[in-house]
Amino acid sequence: MLLHALAGGLVYGCYFALLGLGLNLVFGVMRIVNLAHGDLIMLGAMAAYFLYHLAGLSPLWAAPLVAGGFFLLALPLYAALLPRLLAAREAEMLSFTLFFGLQQIIEALAAIAFGPSERSLPARSLAAGPIVLLGQSVPKSWAFSALVAVIAIGLFYLSLHHTRLGLFTRAVMASPEEAAASGIDLSRISAIAFGLGVALAGLAGVFAPFMLGSVTPAMGASLNLVAFATVVVGSLGAPLGTIFGGLVYGVGLLLMQTYFSTWADLLPDLLLIAILLFRPSGLLGRRLRVA
Amino acid sequence: MRRLLPDLGLAAFLLAALTAAEFLYRNELLVFNFTIFFILAQGLNAIYGFTGYLPFGYVGFFGAGAYGFALAVMHLGSAPLPALGLAGAAGLALGLLLTPLLRLSGAYFAIANLAAAQAVYQVIANPALEPLTRGPYGVSLASVFAPRASFLAALALLALLLGVVIWLRRGEMGLALKAIRDDPLSAAMAGIPVVRLRVLAWLVSALAAALAGGIYAWHISVFYPETVFDLSFSVFAIVFTLFGGAATLSGPILGAALLYGLYNLIGITVPQYFQLIYGALIVALMLFLPRGLLSLLTDRGHDVP
Repeated sequence: MLLHALAGGLVYGCYFALLGLGLNLVFGVMRIVNLAHGDLIMLGAMAAYFLYHLAGLSPLWAAPLVAGGFFLLALPLYAALLPRLLAAREAEMLSFTLFFGLQQIIEALAAIAFGPSERSLPARSLAAGPIVLLGQSVPKSWAFSALVAVIAIGLFYLSLHHTRLGLFTRAVMASPEEAAASGIDLSRISAIAFGLGVALAGLAGVFAPFMLGSVTPAMGASLNLVAFATVVVGSLGAPLGTIFGGLVYGVGLLLMQTYFSTWADLLPDLLLIAILLFRPSGLLGRRLRVA
Repeated sequence: MRRLLPDLGLAAFLLAALTAAEFLYRNELLVFNFTIFFILAQGLNAIYGFTGYLPFGYVGFFGAGAYGFALAVMHLGSAPLPALGLAGAAGLALGLLLTPLLRLSGAYFAIANLAAAQAVYQVIANPALEPLTRGPYGVSLASVFAPRASFLAALALLALLLGVVIWLRRGEMGLALKAIRDDPLSAAMAGIPVVRLRVLAWLVSALAAALAGGIYAWHISVFYPETVFDLSFSVFAIVFTLFGGAATLSGPILGAALLYGLYNLIGITVPQYFQLIYGALIVALMLFLPRGLLSLLTDRGHDVP
């Protein structure tokens, strides 16, 4: 039982890390909480569903398509909303509320377009059968989703720490004013970070049907809390802490489901509140968020 | 006193209009719901308008109040008014439990508060607690059903709350709170007890929502956990307040009257279209009128109630 929960938890943890990574990147660079993150994940899942059922495209092929498409779609959105917002006083709170409005728009449009029905992808569209991990058998579709998450996070890590663009991005995260003063184009870095954040949400969405069950237009709001919990456990504003947060959350969730199944839904909420109150900088992070 | 006249006039007008509608208009549930949303919008105004904390989980207090009322009626067999006392106590207790959240700023507070409301919902709706709360199966309070009396209770609560908001706006207390909202450090330097006043505004706001929840439970008398913990209560209260303009008396009233009216015209048959409209409204407001519709007037130097 314990080993099974641990093996499942690690696999889930990798996926949850991917779920929160985009949210954290956007916050790290722009100090903006993208409350529409969960709904973007939902849109990614819808895209995967239709690409599979209409075009016969496996989720593994859909993943780069969705991520790339979302990146391109995010750029005009950035241009329309964010420059005006970032210039305002109290940008953090304004953006929070604005993205909440965006979330409502996406959810409403998705409900109008797709209806309330639950959609799912068969496990065989990714990979059928079990795989042995830590001596425990785990569905292959879970392992594949986790593997994609690990690859995506690895690529993200490499580009953040070993490219020029990554260096600039880290500079902006550390101090936007000093980064701008040393000639870094803030709005270009912000636009790319926003695009990447949205692309990561889309990518996470493609594998949501395998990890989170069936897809509905209303699933976004609760995903936000999950993504936020993994991000906050790691440390808001430090994207790599998200991996740690994802693993803590994944293992915690599977342990709860194994031993206290009726109370498992409370986990993200309680974890969030506890971390925010007792370790406001996250388990790994700097101090950022105290009033 | 003269400064207070427009505020008091507006409050009296609203209460009279609601009373008249209750007795003349046939759809009394609609009038009752309007009253509840006027209360929730003003209650949210007390915390958001005067301290800047945006409680996304405001519905947590509403639901806690509804269940406080229901538990008192079901298990203690109490009459509606004492049960309302328990509803208020439940809201105050939850508010006190959550006061540490006020240490968080901006978005962190909003999210943690949302998570807290979810946690309360999940505890109450948990099948393991069926003997106490009846879990996800809902409660029935038919024994105390009294639509007219509960409407009058809602009206009284609204009157009280309007009074509190007028006092906040015009009194020293409100001035101190606004000073804290705009610059907590300077306010503390000027000798304003920052923490105590914030907690006070927070508890007033929590109490208002909990009493509204209790009265709502009394009025509808049969409900499920997801009825009274529906996130729409938070969302509507926030949107109504932001739309009209926080920290005024008329802003939340205007927002609730216009938008809840719109909701009743189109929202009930096609909720998605209403959701789309208010989503777009929020985005447009945040981009172009972040301080609400009334800021069009106040920015030109007009004094609005």
